[in-house]
Amino acid sequence: MPDYNLRLIIPEIFLFLWALFIIAFDLGTKRKNPKLIGYLTMGGIAATAVLLYLYHGGISFNNMFKSDPLALFFKVIFLGSAFMAVGSSFDIIAQKIKNHRGEFFGLVLFSTVGMMFLASAGELISLYIGLELTTIPLFILAAYYKDDRISVEAGLKYLVIGAFSSAILLYGLSLLYGLSGTTDIVMMKINLALLYLNTNGIGWALLMAIVMVLAGIGFKLALVPFHMWAPDVYQGAPTPITALLSVGSKAAGVVAFMRIFIDGLYGFADAVMFPLDWGNIVAVLAAAAMILGNISALRQKNIKRMLAYSSIAQIGYVMVGMVAVSELGVGSVGYYMFIYLFANMGAFAVATIFNDNTGSDSIASYAGLSKSSPMISAFMAIFLLSLAGIPPLAGFAAKFFVFAAGIQAGYTWLVILALLTAVVSLYYYANVIKMMYFAPDNPTIKLNTPLSANIVLIIGVAGLIIFGVYPEPILNFALDTARVFGF
Amino acid sequence: MDFPILTYMIFIPLFGFIAVMFLPKEKHTLIRWASAFFSFIPMILSFYLTYIYYFNYSGSADMVFVEGPFSWIAPIKAHYYLGADGISVPMLFLTGLLSFLSILASFNITNRVKEYFSFFLLLESGMIGVFCALDFFLFYVFWEVMLVPMYFLIGVWGGPRKEYAAIKFFLYTLFGSIFMLVAILILYFTSDPHTLNMLELIQTTPGVMGHSLQLLCFAFLFVAFAIKVPVWPFHTWLPDAHVEAPTAVSVILAGVLLKMGTYGMLRISWPMFPEATRFFAVPIAILGLIAIIYGALVSMAQKDLKKLVAYSSVSHMGYCMLALGAYSSVTAISGCMFQMFSHGLITGALFLLVGVLYDRAHTREIAAFGGLGSKLPVFTGLMVLFSMAALGLPGMSGFVSEFMVFIGAFTAPAPDLMIITALAVLGVVLTAAYMLRMVQRVFLGEFNSEKWSGLTEINVREVLTVAPLALLTILIGVYPSPLTNIMKATLENLVNLMAR
Repeated sequence: MPDYNLRLIIPEIFLFLWALFIIAFDLGTKRKNPKLIGYLTMGGIAATAVLLYLYHGGISFNNMFKSDPLALFFKVIFLGSAFMAVGSSFDIIAQKIKNHRGEFFGLVLFSTVGMMFLASAGELISLYIGLELTTIPLFILAAYYKDDRISVEAGLKYLVIGAFSSAILLYGLSLLYGLSGTTDIVMMKINLALLYLNTNGIGWALLMAIVMVLAGIGFKLALVPFHMWAPDVYQGAPTPITALLSVGSKAAGVVAFMRIFIDGLYGFADAVMFPLDWGNIVAVLAAAAMILGNISALRQKNIKRMLAYSSIAQIGYVMVGMVAVSELGVGSVGYYMFIYLFANMGAFAVATIFNDNTGSDSIASYAGLSKSSPMISAFMAIFLLSLAGIPPLAGFAAKFFVFAAGIQAGYTWLVILALLTAVVSLYYYANVIKMMYFAPDNPTIKLNTPLSANIVLIIGVAGLIIFGVYPEPILNFALDTARVFGF
Repeated sequence: MDFPILTYMIFIPLFGFIAVMFLPKEKHTLIRWASAFFSFIPMILSFYLTYIYYFNYSGSADMVFVEGPFSWIAPIKAHYYLGADGISVPMLFLTGLLSFLSILASFNITNRVKEYFSFFLLLESGMIGVFCALDFFLFYVFWEVMLVPMYFLIGVWGGPRKEYAAIKFFLYTLFGSIFMLVAILILYFTSDPHTLNMLELIQTTPGVMGHSLQLLCFAFLFVAFAIKVPVWPFHTWLPDAHVEAPTAVSVILAGVLLKMGTYGMLRISWPMFPEATRFFAVPIAILGLIAIIYGALVSMAQKDLKKLVAYSSVSHMGYCMLALGAYSSVTAISGCMFQMFSHGLITGALFLLVGVLYDRAHTREIAAFGGLGSKLPVFTGLMVLFSMAALGLPGMSGFVSEFMVFIGAFTAPAPDLMIITALAVLGVVLTAAYMLRMVQRVFLGEFNSEKWSGLTEINVREVLTVAPLALLTILIGVYPSPLTNIMKATLENLVNLMAR
């Protein structure tokens, strides 16, 4: 008799109901209280975190839903990114979105529920459904400025590419099912290993499956060469949604990647398979992502596009830890995503605040900001320096662990390349700082920030400094997630 | 030691950085004196440390004032681990002194006072940390922490090409650091059990690491340190950064930051990779020779006073590299340390004096001056004093260090550096040539009374900032043994380690 351990999905159920409640509440109050529903949304996310703390650990739905440390760790990231995205969107809600405020927050929560299911998926079908539930609300959210051509274009582009990549992913998953006869990831690992031993080699079908799954998830991660949608979508979508896309949705892709590749296809990362092991393929893609992302970011004049390319590069760094396929590798990837949450959400929050006040996204318009808004400029500098990996900010520790995992696994060339591109990345991050601090004063800009945005910024900065100086607790937590894969 | 003196030295400026940030930004005087206070205490502590070390520990090569290792990031075995020996004590002394003097010399900064001083204190904290960290992770963190305040100090308060100079400095140094990071990771994973403890790695690395990997790690670390020194082909960031930086920052750059490169070599590369040191010794000495001659020749061609001093640093740090090439000679290595210390004093003072002149004349062009000796006798006296020290006049610290370097390198048992040393002596002549030419063109000759009638004499605060440097330069020039005694035992041990 399968065990439906409903206790474990209480957080997801709650968040789902809360999303419905937010939409209904907005309608019921005749859309008069944008601030209140914002705070209610943030409160709901916080309450979900509490529920998550109370109800976790175990397996339910016959192994379809696993509440293991990996799922828990990534759910914290998802909830954090949703919290920070909602917190930084108050001004947008007040000024630009007049009609569908409740739905905006509701969709963010639906997407978050999808990410949470995805993180817990123990087999391919629930994983796929989780992924779809994550992305479909994001299609709508990306096009949320209905009257803005760029936003609608972003939504449409994301929809088409998203649907396309889902199809490829599904094809790949069906091949995996065909080869292994199961959708359960752990069973799949065993069956594929048996298949490998019986047929004495890696078949073309398996290779095709690997490539298709890689492409499907690669689209979600914006991993080169599946990245071309990212800059346009990032630029067009409302900035808090861009932030959610670049952190929450990306972390969802990372956890899906871990479940399928590090768990299900564990045996095929090894150099024994050379040159057809997925470790090498992903390493090459990671190298391409770091080179292309960083070089393209150099030329960007729009801060959102710059951050889009930077996030393409950042996923390359994450993959350095991923290809290590080791305890430190998995742990460092988790740590990296956790820190990326603070730095990237923070940077996008500043971009949101700046746009709300000045209507501009161009980097040149940040000139002299440090004089008129010293606090926000200092925060932005901290976010960017952390993204660049300068100690003692947490971004450095994250890079250090990822690179350590890479060296340990023998990917020295990849680590050296990653470090070289990290130097390049400093140039464009520092370019924004240069604008804010070194350019002549421009007293006309005066930024007003709502309380909720200030909370987001303070969480971001505090996270980067505290976990930069003292990374051990989070690192231990992240290393704990590696136990899921038996390391 | 019950009293964690090194921790206090690192964290008092760091605390000052935070405290100054919370002061009201209009209260310039308060901010200045608060910063002076927060750098005065570490200076006093560094004097106290030197005093204790000299009288109690200078006979042994052991680490003293050790704190830790306290576990910091357990999964990667990073520790909070500090200590000082005969290599770090003089550097800590120099850092404490120059930081305080630089802050005094910065009292005339009027633009964004609060940010300036808080960044300066952060910088000091990082520098002190580098000179006493014994854990690789900690060392790297301190090494990089300095980059950010330095970037801002050059970029906000610098000269006309400040943005270019700031980012060039930042990128260049970061480029070097990443090679160090790779070397650190390789060292960590080759050691068994894995460790980031420098002292342990020095003991074990030659035994466990293969020859070619040693050469690779040495080369990686060398790039990182050579960029900081800067050794000849890596020096191009230096003239930009030194010239564009505000006066006090140039002092710190030349006086302390450059020393980190040679300090890193002495503390890490040389004892950790003796095979590689032997392998690369002659090329390193040749790089030193090139730097000496090239730096001197380029200085000679400079029209800008500050650029002249900046390039003279390239030349003077070349002596250190020559001495490091003569790894088997205690005299040469002592000369290297002596040169690091004395160059910090002399070049620091020269930058301060150039800054004094620039504040009044708003130009640093050598050709614009002439005959200042009659108008500004005190200033001229100081400037001439330090120029003489820089060209190695006997009785000043520069002479002692150069002499030790030459003697040591010439007589070193291995490798044979006689010809290289003989050529390097030419550098002394060239240094004398450009320094004397500068003195002649700026201070002697006809005074342009029309143009420079408004020029005022150096004031008391400015004299106070250079006077300690002048005293020390002469003191250790005449009586060098206290300084050599402090480092003697440590360096002898170092040479033994390199002979493995």
